[in-house]
Amino acid sequence: MAEAMKMRATMEGDVVDVKVLIQHPMDTGLMKDKKTGKLIPAHFIDLFVATLNGKTVIDAQWGVGVAQNPFVGFRIKGGKPGDKVAIHAVDNLGNKFDGEEIVA
Amino acid sequence: MNLLRRAFLKNAGSVGAVAAAIATGLLNPGTVFAAAWNSLAFTTKDLTEALKNAGYDNAVESKDIEIKAPEIAENGAVVPVSATSNLPGTTSIAIFIDKNPAPMIAEFQFLNGAEPFIATRVKMAKTSLVRVAVKAGGKNYIASREVKVTIGGCGG
Repeated sequence: MAEAMKMRATMEGDVVDVKVLIQHPMDTGLMKDKKTGKLIPAHFIDLFVATLNGKTVIDAQWGVGVAQNPFVGFRIKGGKPGDKVAIHAVDNLGNKFDGEEIVA
Repeated sequence: MNLLRRAFLKNAGSVGAVAAAIATGLLNPGTVFAAAWNSLAFTTKDLTEALKNAGYDNAVESKDIEIKAPEIAENGAVVPVSATSNLPGTTSIAIFIDKNPAPMIAEFQFLNGAEPFIATRVKMAKTSLVRVAVKAGGKNYIASREVKVTIGGCGG
């Protein structure tokens, strides 16, 4: 099975550029299963935090409108190679998604 | 995360409750989310009410918010949107889509050196305005951009 989270953290000048891709259905709860005709329950990442060397840099809340297999790109001033970027996310069913990457 | 902690986090919302939870060991103090998920704002169907419930009401139109999004999205299920705020003292950026069943898409807070920039991908039900709302210096600002959608992305 492919990794649930892929990350890249590279320097662009003096800014750390981070790209994160998380495997997740991000089901809205509005779609019907084509075979059973029943609604597929909402299942989506709702809380997302990114840290740089343990300090929170991004604190985010998401709804069902974020696309499937969510992609997030963000930038941090003052980071440098060797710093650690970590992601911690949870979905509405309590599943956790964690990843870390050393800044290249 | 067990269901008890999940229910607690959804209902707690207050700093005191979170502190108590950390003390009792229910929350891992290593990584804590700033606040409980704003279920009211995320489930509000009307754009103006959603903006208000998310704390972005009375937002002033601003040319200092850049929105990058395709003019025409072939697939409404995956529409790339990025937003940059050039407003000094920006603390957060939130994305709303007028014509989605629930307009509030996401909110990102920037701390400890994070630049007021975000790139992500959103679902769009149909051609609509994409709104980027910003909190900067304690005030609310907003900018809009229309994205045409050929195949809607919310399903159903």
